[in-house]
Amino acid sequence: MTTLDRTSTSTLPHLRPRRSWVGVLVGVLLVVLALTSLFVGVSDVSPASVLTGGPDSDAAFLLVASRIPRTLAVILVGASLGIAGLIMQMLVRNKFVEPSTTGVTEFASLGMLTTMVFFPGLAVVGKMGVAAAFGLVGTWVFLRVVRFVPVRQLVLVPLVGIMLGGVVGAVTTFFAYRLDLLQSLGQWSQGSFATIMQGRYEFLWIAGAMVVVAWIAADRFSVIGLGEEFATNLGLDYRRVVAVGMLVIAVITAAVLVTAGMIPFLGLVVPNVVSLIIGDNVRRAIPWVAGTGAVFVLACDLIARVVRMPYEIPLSVIVGVVGAVLFLWLLLRRGSRAH
Amino acid sequence: MIALENVTKRYGSQTVVDDVSISLGEEGVTALIGPNGAGKSTLFGLVGRLLKPDGGRVTVDGMDVATTASSTLATTLAVLRQDNHVAARLTVRDLVEFGRFPHSRGRLTVEDRDHIERAISYLDLDAYRGRFLDELSGGQRQRAFIAMVLAQDTKYVLLDEPLNNLDLRHMAEIMRLIRRMADELGKRIVVVLHDINVAARYADRIVAMRDGVVVADAPAREIMRPEVLGAVYDTPVDVREIDGKPVALYYG
Repeated sequence: MTTLDRTSTSTLPHLRPRRSWVGVLVGVLLVVLALTSLFVGVSDVSPASVLTGGPDSDAAFLLVASRIPRTLAVILVGASLGIAGLIMQMLVRNKFVEPSTTGVTEFASLGMLTTMVFFPGLAVVGKMGVAAAFGLVGTWVFLRVVRFVPVRQLVLVPLVGIMLGGVVGAVTTFFAYRLDLLQSLGQWSQGSFATIMQGRYEFLWIAGAMVVVAWIAADRFSVIGLGEEFATNLGLDYRRVVAVGMLVIAVITAAVLVTAGMIPFLGLVVPNVVSLIIGDNVRRAIPWVAGTGAVFVLACDLIARVVRMPYEIPLSVIVGVVGAVLFLWLLLRRGSRAH
Repeated sequence: MIALENVTKRYGSQTVVDDVSISLGEEGVTALIGPNGAGKSTLFGLVGRLLKPDGGRVTVDGMDVATTASSTLATTLAVLRQDNHVAARLTVRDLVEFGRFPHSRGRLTVEDRDHIERAISYLDLDAYRGRFLDELSGGQRQRAFIAMVLAQDTKYVLLDEPLNNLDLRHMAEIMRLIRRMADELGKRIVVVLHDINVAARYADRIVAMRDGVVVADAPAREIMRPEVLGAVYDTPVDVREIDGKPVALYYG
């Protein structure tokens, strides 16, 4: 992470130590939390039990079938949702948007409901495809609508998104109610990693691939974040970059939705915290956002598993509480700064 | 040379640029003046391919703006619009780096870095390179944007009201800088200005627009006459000589 952070070497000296310190901290936390996540749970799986038991022991089986997939899933979800939020904030040029405040998540879950009603036997990859397509439509609708809102109306933009999401969510709930599918709907709308096992999380690698796409196109997203006129002046095909961004957002949202469910606030809080420390240059921010997002979800998932041992609290509850507090802090902090 | 041939732009039934034919960019600094709504910014938008004309053709060094690849044009022509609102938290250095995008496509070479450093020094921003744009004063931020178009290393630079919201000192500073960029670096700069005295002092040529039409186009001194300025702005303007330089008095 420190090697990627090349630009910080040319910035003001007093900022340099602080930034690399935070970078190291995020890296260490990521490793520590990931290891902890492997060995926390109802069954006794510890490094010692795996080593003494050998590859055929129950502990080793649990590690491979449940704990490793779960930890990987948590990291992938945290990293990719953070990136989805970051890219969305660049496209909209507003720091208060992310898939769940713009109706994208709601559209994707309407897509999920549609597959349940019309193609109940569809494979998970098909469900994800339909959800991604709906998410793409949702992103497009949102971008169309906010075109009529001035860029400087910072709060109005997410407000419009939340209303849009509310409408789509209400439609989804209505049909789910009429078709007796409310229970299934409840399953996705509460994000949780409790059911993640080997064979049930692999689609998240597609979300991971989207992070790579975002990283490759990072400079283009930074330029897009300056606005259409800047982008055109710099010879960038604005529409094409926006289209790539929309695809990244929709695929990540859908992949997370079909595997873990809705996880609110993450895409909002993580890029904003990172932005405070190192700014919004996407190339520089991506490893930070991915790392911080992973740490955030790992920590929340651990809390969700430990608080009511041997039961689990849905992850979205923990993320919602922690995220909301962080978000409030960001809002109040921002308000105190000169614009 | 930037050539406009019978360029027309309409918004609904209103014609904002009306059959304009003009060539720009032969002189070092050309000032574009005219009252609000004269079509100056729209003209810039048309040249900078930010707007599509309803009629006519714009070429930059023989390249048709409508058909040439945007990335090719970006190495010849840079346009800085007014009221640049950047929501993203970027440092001065980040912003200037993006100016190299047409050349580097995101992978900075040694030459790119060289251009970036020179642009930062030229605009006297060395001390602020690591600062975020929202931590700068208006004058510093404007200089950062100009450093970005300077790093873009284009022959033509179009600046739309770069003096907006700047105090006297920063106004003079930016204009001196524009003059230096033309004289020392051989840039061809077209700049929209509201203060005709500033235009007369720093520009080689003044183009005056009104109601979407070019109404006057001449060396600065010839424009600075009461009858010409009066017709452009539709208000009485007195012109006096002070130390041999024409000064327009329009305060009534």
